[in-house]
Amino acid sequence: MKAAVLQFPGSNCDQDALAALRDGLGIEAGYRWHKETTLGDFDLVVVPGGFSYGDYLRCGAIARFSPIMKAVVAFAERGGKVLGICNGFQILCEAGLLPGALIVNDCLEYRCLTPHLRVEEAGPLFNPASLGPLLRLPIGHGEGNYRIAPEGLAELKANGQVLFRYADAAGRVTEAANPNGSIDNIAGIRNRAGNVFGMMPHPDRAFAAYHPSQDGLAVFRSLLELPAPAHA
Amino acid sequence: MSWPTVKIHVFVTPKKTVLDPQGEAVGHALHSLGWSDLRQVRVGKFIELEVDAGEEKNLDDRIDQYCRDLLSNPVIEDYRWEIASR
Repeated sequence: MKAAVLQFPGSNCDQDALAALRDGLGIEAGYRWHKETTLGDFDLVVVPGGFSYGDYLRCGAIARFSPIMKAVVAFAERGGKVLGICNGFQILCEAGLLPGALIVNDCLEYRCLTPHLRVEEAGPLFNPASLGPLLRLPIGHGEGNYRIAPEGLAELKANGQVLFRYADAAGRVTEAANPNGSIDNIAGIRNRAGNVFGMMPHPDRAFAAYHPSQDGLAVFRSLLELPAPAHA
Repeated sequence: MSWPTVKIHVFVTPKKTVLDPQGEAVGHALHSLGWSDLRQVRVGKFIELEVDAGEEKNLDDRIDQYCRDLLSNPVIEDYRWEIASR
């Protein structure tokens, strides 16, 4: 089991993602610099959070044209698993690997908190049976307001592409529990084929004892189809 | 050979159907200044380009391509452009 973590100028969660994979999950993981044109053989490519290219023009708009992204698109088209976290989610939307776009939070504030997320039925890798009904994962973003046209939203729902929704502690999806104004409280989605995933919450900041939750491990395990540890 | 350059002004605006939190906030601020006649504010981007004019018939296509490929995100934004000066 081997994972790659991409690095763009301005990525700042690349080390978190690598630590989550190596120390949290105990799998092999390494960086891939954005100027490289080939990926190599990996089970998962993580597009990490941060402020690639200073968020110039639009979040993720410039990173999408980095040389490595051609290899990532080809990898995804071959069925390889790709996970975009936060700025990585924005990059995957800009690259057209995921539908929709992320705009400025409706509150206009940078939101930094650990919300509850209601796990949706999103296929064999992401569902309440594999992850439990409710997770807590940290968020930290100014542009996490997910937008998609009504017909696109209907398609996401019909195909079970919504991974999780911002919810309250009881798992109710309410307006008050929505930290950024995302349509339908959407916090994460997958592509139709089920191999490209994007989420604003950070599983990479939720694996160690000192983190606000350790639910990130379950997210990575589900994605990589790793068994849960015996003591869990 | 070298072509003369053309100055292009590109305007990128949030689609009418897309929420514009920045525009709303600016609108509230103008209201609080007492401008009660204000109905709506939308905040977008203004981009200046200087390009080789090339062959006139290709110019439209080239600028449209810049706008579609990078300068705007068609999921959430509209764009228009004009020739500012030659």
